Amino acid sequence: MEILVCVKRVPDTAENEIAVNKDGSDIVRDDLVYSVNEWDNYAVEEAIQIRDKVGGSVTVVAVGDDDAEEIVRREMAMGADTGIIMKDSAFEGSDGLGIAKILAKCVSMGKYDLVLTGAMADDGAGQVGGMLAALLDWPYASVVNKVEAGSGKLTVGREIEGGNQEMNEIELPCVLSIQTGINEPRYVGIRGIRKVASVEIPCHGKDACGLDAASIGDAGAKVKRAAYFVPVLGEGAEMIEGSTDEQVDKLIELLKAKGGIK
Amino acid sequence: MMAIFAIIQHKSGKADDTVAELCLAAKKIDAAAAVTAIVVGKAADCDAVAAEAAKYYANVWKIAADALAYPNAELIRPMLVKLIPAGSIVLAPFTPFGMDLCPGLSVKMNAAYCADVVGVDGLEGAALTVNRQEYAGQVYAKMKIDVSGGAVLTCRPGVFASDDVPVVNGAVADKTADAGAVPAAKRRFLEVVEAEVGDVDITKSDVLVSVGRGIESQENLEIAFDLAKIMGADVSCSRPIVDAKWLEKSRQVGTSGQTVKPKVYMAMGISGAFQHLGGIKGNPFIVAVNKNPKAPIFQVAEVGIVGDILELIPALTEKISEMKG
Ligand SMILES: Cc1cc2nc3c(=O)[nH]c(=O)nc-3n(C[C@H](O)[C@H](O)[C@H](O)COP(=O)(O)OP(=O)(O)OC[C@H]3O[C@@H](n4cnc5c(N)ncnc54)[C@H](O)[C@@H]3O)c2cc1C
Repeated sequence: MEILVCVKRVPDTAENEIAVNKDGSDIVRDDLVYSVNEWDNYAVEEAIQIRDKVGGSVTVVAVGDDDAEEIVRREMAMGADTGIIMKDSAFEGSDGLGIAKILAKCVSMGKYDLVLTGAMADDGAGQVGGMLAALLDWPYASVVNKVEAGSGKLTVGREIEGGNQEMNEIELPCVLSIQTGINEPRYVGIRGIRKVASVEIPCHGKDACGLDAASIGDAGAKVKRAAYFVPVLGEGAEMIEGSTDEQVDKLIELLKAKGGIK
Repeated sequence: MMAIFAIIQHKSGKADDTVAELCLAAKKIDAAAAVTAIVVGKAADCDAVAAEAAKYYANVWKIAADALAYPNAELIRPMLVKLIPAGSIVLAPFTPFGMDLCPGLSVKMNAAYCADVVGVDGLEGAALTVNRQEYAGQVYAKMKIDVSGGAVLTCRPGVFASDDVPVVNGAVADKTADAGAVPAAKRRFLEVVEAEVGDVDITKSDVLVSVGRGIESQENLEIAFDLAKIMGADVSCSRPIVDAKWLEKSRQVGTSGQTVKPKVYMAMGISGAFQHLGGIKGNPFIVAVNKNPKAPIFQVAEVGIVGDILELIPALTEKISEMKG
């Protein structure tokens, strides 16, 4: 099975305090720690496991600038066979649909049976996989937390509300968006990173894949970020200050009053 | 005036709570809009849900067929594209159902797409401005959407909730014939596998010590269990803890886990993503401890401490045990 996995480099929200810059035009990007979008790691791991079971290859692709190379290499060190970077200044400012169009071109430049994306990324939209499937006219399943490969089709589990799982049969080629928890992404050691350090990663721009500049980037975006902000939302929590000792005393007092300590 | 459509999520003949919320969201987009609810499903479900939707929507369209008994987005999408006039605004809930259906729907309708809307500023000409959250809820973004060719928006469940939704007693129209034959889909629904029941039923707990990724390792869970024991509480958790297989799924609080209604909820090292908060009902007294002062959990907690749970939890346990003697 030939598998393409779409990956994104994002600020690590578990490690960073994200703040808005002075004029609200962007988040403060200095000193941010970046990593692979969490969901994408699960997607790459799943692709590797499928390949190891049924044969074929895994390719990872990122739409991005020079920095994208770092995460593509990381996912190759994990076990993906090849990487691709879709890079062009004309891609900048693309909305979700623009990114999906660029990825659709990447798909049509290869011969893939299966395309995986993460269920969502830093924007929390969960949109690219579904758009990509629609552009390709391939069937799609979102928030997938189980994949079993059969011949010409897959059995997939989708996560729905309340911890329940919806089982589907889906024909190949198809697009799936992968949910966390489907597997345990393997550890990437320094040896793995070294092994792929000098592998050539092809870059494709808009001309190579025949994209019309007006349909992508800022020009093609129907959805744009007008501003970032942090709202004042009601009162928020009453913050307990002081030393740990003082905080604990105050907290116990409150917990007792609220029936939190039996 | 825009034509706005709301896709109603439903289960076992009952509309989801978002049925009224989408109506309110539509009115925020354009108070003068003609808003139509669309209910897709098998006949008996459709009739019951359409009747419920007609309480809030002046117009309800139903598409009924046995093959639509389960909401398979691959079947529904082409029928909606056929039925909904180009240039309309379509609303749906940001749930696994909406996530499955809507990105592709926007492509097929040639419309703009915006997911997980949490606020609407309004419509000016063909520019609709809405609010959403990014970076796991740490910041908000104002999105300007060009709706001249229509738009598909998913709305976050719960945020457009209100007690006073005007009751209109609208009319139900059967649009099954207009939506065309149920298409042949390349994805077939097989079955729903129900969640496993765990050894502790956190839905019955009055007090929960809930741990998130801030707990850092499986070994550290011990401090949470020690605290829960001395408090007479149970241990629950956020999703990453279950993904890492440190605790069983039945302890996960959230939309894809359990819905809990405790009196006291201690969110320890949990950021407060909406999918997590979606599992906390009944207005508990929420205590949040987090080392990031910007963590969204502080917006919903009653009491907060900016601090390290690996220090605070043991200190709290020790003090309580001293107190108890
Ligand atoms: C379809 C879907 C369904 C989902 N369903 C659920 C669900 O049911 N339940 C759920 O929980 N999530 C669910 N999620 C995931 C959700 O979006 C978040 O990713 C998740 O809730 C984050 O968990 P967390 O807060 O523990 O981790 P993080 O977001 O990584 O936050 C960890 C927090 O701990 C703090 N921290 C770190 N170290 C310390 C320390 N030593 N002391 C104090 N604080 C510390 C950090 O500042 C941070 O705020 C779902 C996602 C999707 C897409």
